This record gives sequence, structure tokens and C-alpha cells, in this order.
Amino acid sequence: MEEPQAWVPSDPRSRPSHDQVVAGLKGIDEGGPELVQLLTPEGERTTDHRFDAYSADVGAEELKALYRDMVLVRRADREGNALQRQGELGIWVPLLGQEAAQVGSGRALRSQDMAFPSYREHGVAWCRGIDPTELLGIFRGTDHGAWDSAATGFHPYTIVIGNQCLNATGYAMGQRFESKVGDPDTGEATICYFGDGATSQGDVHEGFVWAAAYDAPLVFFCQNNQWAISVPLSRQTRVPLYQRARGYGFPGVRVDGNDVLACLAVTRWALEECRTGNGPVLIEAFTYRMDSHTTSDDATRYRLADEVELWKLKDPIERVRVHLVRSLGVSQDFFDGVEAESEALAVRLREYCRAMPSPGPERMFSEVYAEPSPQVEAQREEYLAYHASFDGEA
Amino acid sequence: MATRTMAKALNDGLRAAMERDPKVLVMGEDVGRLGGVFRITDGLQKDFGEQRVLDTPLSESGIIGAAVGLAVRGFRPVCEIQFDGFVFPGYDQIVSQLAKLRYRTQGRVPMPVVVRIPFGGGIGAVEHHSESPESLFAHVAGLKVVACSNAADAHAMIQQAILSDDPVIFFEPKRRYWEKGEVGDDLAAAPPLHSSRVVRPGSSITVATYGPMVTTCLDAATAAVDDGHDIEVIDLRTLSPLDLGPVADSVRRTGRLVVVSEAPGESSVSAEVAARVQQECFFSLEAPVLRVTGFDTPYPPSRLEDDFLPDLDRVLDAVDRSMAW
Repeated sequence: MEEPQAWVPSDPRSRPSHDQVVAGLKGIDEGGPELVQLLTPEGERTTDHRFDAYSADVGAEELKALYRDMVLVRRADREGNALQRQGELGIWVPLLGQEAAQVGSGRALRSQDMAFPSYREHGVAWCRGIDPTELLGIFRGTDHGAWDSAATGFHPYTIVIGNQCLNATGYAMGQRFESKVGDPDTGEATICYFGDGATSQGDVHEGFVWAAAYDAPLVFFCQNNQWAISVPLSRQTRVPLYQRARGYGFPGVRVDGNDVLACLAVTRWALEECRTGNGPVLIEAFTYRMDSHTTSDDATRYRLADEVELWKLKDPIERVRVHLVRSLGVSQDFFDGVEAESEALAVRLREYCRAMPSPGPERMFSEVYAEPSPQVEAQREEYLAYHASFDGEA
Repeated sequence: MATRTMAKALNDGLRAAMERDPKVLVMGEDVGRLGGVFRITDGLQKDFGEQRVLDTPLSESGIIGAAVGLAVRGFRPVCEIQFDGFVFPGYDQIVSQLAKLRYRTQGRVPMPVVVRIPFGGGIGAVEHHSESPESLFAHVAGLKVVACSNAADAHAMIQQAILSDDPVIFFEPKRRYWEKGEVGDDLAAAPPLHSSRVVRPGSSITVATYGPMVTTCLDAATAAVDDGHDIEVIDLRTLSPLDLGPVADSVRRTGRLVVVSEAPGESSVSAEVAARVQQECFFSLEAPVLRVTGFDTPYPPSRLEDDFLPDLDRVLDAVDRSMAW
């Protein structure tokens, strides 16, 4: 079959056929010529004149650290999945396949920055210093997110799709109002994570409008993992997502979301743009969700095994391993060490999860309001007394 | 004490709050140069600048969603929604984020945001400009919902709402904006934000109401004197959490209650008051609790709003029915 000619969205005479639209999206398996890549799936380090400066300092030690991050994040993710299957968690949201997008962008952040995640950003949480055990409560049903978002620079998970894009915009507006923007070193920036499906939500559009209107120091980081539960990217958009930024008046970049080095470099550039006052920026990390949307979902009902097999060849961790071995001569000891560390993390997660206490009923009534509500207080007292009336019963 | 319109009292209250705390922002559509379509924010941008009084993009979800983010950052945004019927694009952010972030984070992330909504009918407006959606907010845990009814309360309550670390949905009865009243400047002397109040003492029957209907009910009480009825009028002021105390105390004395609101009655604030009073004052009641409300229809074309909105006669009719029981 002949490849359809690429459609040029900026040419008003050009009317795309359906095939061209899909080709314009580059289907689901390649990012197109605009894709920024610094480490190929074969583990070859390449160059990109725009972003080389933002990865020039990444030598063997830094790459090993990124590799370790990704392996540990993946292991924690797989353990979360297993714990759900064993009935220890009510649900788990897998990040498998998106480790490079999350670790690359997460390691680009500085302590003064703020991240607004969706609910799959376990790898970004890791980079913000949040122990994976702190993620479990949400999925076990003991809390709604226990980490200190101000101390970690990592906002609570947001489950309603796209809400966080406006919340992040407001936060970034605040950074600008407080004159924290302007210096490439000390300047502050905000990053907001969302998926390809979220780009169809009004809040994401409004976030783009507001961030542009207020020159907010905000990096919109879209992890295009090709599927919104069972609905493919072609149902969300007719143009590649990164190109949308142009319509709002700020730059958009498509990066290989399975290339941790490219994600790091592009996000560092984008954050620098924001720190110095040139934000906002949209990054589309072109990646793939290797597992189901959540453990409640069955991806085999809507996508082909071939597609998943194809993306296995682009694995974000494997390409770094190959590069470390072939190009930098890293010994097996290092990989064995990371492997052992990841197994220890899994054991710790498992033990922590099983030992997690359920909250007492008083938790239900706490911190609903800053100034207590008489209604809630009365309900608390009444229910706790009722609850206590069962004390001593078998 | 100076006599001011409710609109001016709100404007002065906002100004005082902004002078008190540099973290207070005013944001919304047209709130800057225009001073808001009702001029409630008149002159504030001129005096506080464009970074404290934000003429925002035309985007209600944006106004609330950005306010949430600004509050995370430590600001205290006061959002203006231009009209009641326009709040719904922002309802998702109000319900999903504004109401829940404190609870979700166990108090680590307070949400000191005020959402001002001019509400209610009686101004002859087109569709979506005359609604009373307060019950939709009162039902949402995590929000506090208040409605002012006169200039003095408006002045104090807007400042108290801004000082609160809880999100407050602040309803302003737009048809009362130009009614004048005495306004004091001593915030400490004002009644607490979350309290209902007897605004006219009486001995024969209790009428509980709020917002634009307070004036209507006071007028009804004056008219009822000729019929020999001494109506006690209670302004609920806070719709969530409801301060039922003064209502229950009153009903225990009068034995009769009529609840009045513009909003449709089904599943409403008026229904909540009626339910709680029968639960707490059952043995004091001489008659069933009656309600006078808007009908369970969408707000009608404005030529019919005099039929839709409770007026003095409908209130008096309910009073008669209760007294005759």
C-alpha cells in the first residue's frame, strides 16, 4: 500500500483525507520527523542542535542514575499492579512504558518548581522525593494522597480529567505575580501533566488560553500514550497535539517520550523558557501505555497485540541499558546492583501495603472545613458514639 | 453610620479586605476597567492595579480553576461570576477541586477562595440571568454558602468570607443592589458569618427566608399587622452550614413556620429547613411547615417572573393558611 502524502495543516488549499489525518498523527507508532530524540531505540546517542546543550552534562554517572530511577519506578509500578491482583489495592494505575517521559521530565525540575500531576505520575512523584509507599493509600482506600505537596513541590493527584491544567495555571500566575520569574537559575516554574485524552477537555483549552494571556511560567507536559482508556488518539485530534500550541501563541515540541535523555533535555529547555519569562511551553511526549488504563480495564479488547509488540522494541529502559553497556562499558555489577535494589523496594512496598492500618471513622469527619461546621461536628459525635456502642462485641 | 447601597457596601467591603491583606485578589470578567457589570468592583483596579484586580479571559472554569491554583500558592482570590446562570461552566472546578482540596490533603492545602454570584430574579432579564442555584452548592460538602440581604450584612459578610480559610460561595441578591441601608465599619461588631438572625421580632408565626426574599417578607410582616398577625422574620444568612438555632427557638415560641425562597422548592434549602424543623420542633408545631418558593420549572420568560417569584401576597396567603390550621 502506498503511504499517504503528508497533509500540511497550514496550507488552506490542502484538504486532508482520512488517511492523511491519521498519517499526520503518525498513527501510534512513530512520532514523525519533528520528534526530538537523543537516544535511539537501539541505544545510539544522537544529536539535536536545539537541545544538545541541555543534555551535554549528562555523562555515564548521570545516565546510570536515570537508568536506576526508571528501573525502580517500573518495579514499584509492577508491584502496585501485583498488589491489586492480590486484593491488597482496590485499583492501580500502571505507568508501564512511560518511565522515560516521567523520569526525564521529573529530573529536569528544581526544588523551587511545582508539579501538578494527573494520577499516573508515579515516576514524577519519585523524582520529587515521594516514596512509593506514599502513593499506596489512594489505591488502598486509606487516604486521598498523604504527601506534603508544599514541601515536595508535587500537588495532590487530580482524577477529574484536565482540572489540574487550570490549577497549575493559577499557581504559575502566582509565581509571576510574586516576581519569581526572570532568573535562569533561581526563577521558578510550574509543570502540568496530562494525557492525550485530556486535550479534549475544556479545562485544558482554557489552561492554554489563560497561561498565554498571563505569560505564566508553565510547562504543559502532555504524555501522549495513544489511548484514552479504549479510545484512540484519532478520536481526540486531527492534528499532532504539539502543533496546537501554535494556535495559542506559544511553542510546542514533540519529544520521544521513550527517550529519557530527550525528555530531560527538552523539559530543561522548556523550564528555562519559563524561568526567564518566555513561558508557557507545550511538550508532547510521544509514548505508549504498555499496560491497561487501570487494573479495571482490559486493553486486549480494543488494541492489537502487534501494536504492543512494536512498542516493546522502543522500551525506554532497555535502550539506556544498551547504551550503558555498548557505548560506556558499564559492567554487569551495576545492573545487578540496581536489580537487587528494585527487588528490595518491591519487598518494602509489599510489606508496607499489607501493614497499612485502616483509618478510624473519625477520619471521615476531619478537615472538611477550617472553621468546623456544626452539622459535621454533630454527625461526628453521633456516629462515634454509635460506633463505640459496639465496643466489646465480638 | 453612613447610609449606602448594597452595591457600594460590597465595594467598600472588598476595598477594606484588599487593603487589609495584599494576598487578596479580585478576579472575573469585566471586573477591572468596567468595575463589573453591576459596578461592585468599581475603582478597585485603578487603585490596586491589574495584578490584584484581574480582568480575566471569558472563561468560568478558568476563573475558578486558576483561583484554586492561586490559593495553593497562598493568595486569597475573590472570584466574580457575572450572573447566576453562568456559574455552571465553573461548577466542575468548584465541586471537584475547590470544595475538596482541604479534605483530600487533610488540611494541608486550605482553599480561602470566595466565589461571588449575583443571584435571583426580578430585574426583567433574559434567560440564565435570574436563577437561584444556591441549593446546588449547599448540598456540596466542603463549601460554605451564604447569602446577604441588606447593605450592612453585605459589607461585613464579604469581608468575613474573604477572611475565612474555607471556600465560600457568596450569593448577592442582584435586585437589592440599589437598596440603601445603614452600614457600620466596625467588623468586630458584626454578627458572625455563619449565623442566622431575627430581623423582625414577632409572636404569632415564624417566617424564615434569605437573600432577596428578606425584604419581601419584611414587607409582608408590615402588611400582616392589619390582619392581626405578628410575623417574626428570620434571615438565614448562611445556607450551609445552616444555623437552625434561631429558627428552632422561634418556632418553639410561635408554633408555626413558613419558609420562603425564590429557588424551586424540590430538594432545596427551603426543604432542608422544613425537614430539620419538623425533626427538632415536632411537639411545638401547631401547623405543618409551609413553603413559598419558585416553581419547579426553569426560570420563565421575564414577563412571567411576577408569577414565578414569591411576592407579598403569596407569603401572606401562606401565613393565613398556617394560622387557620
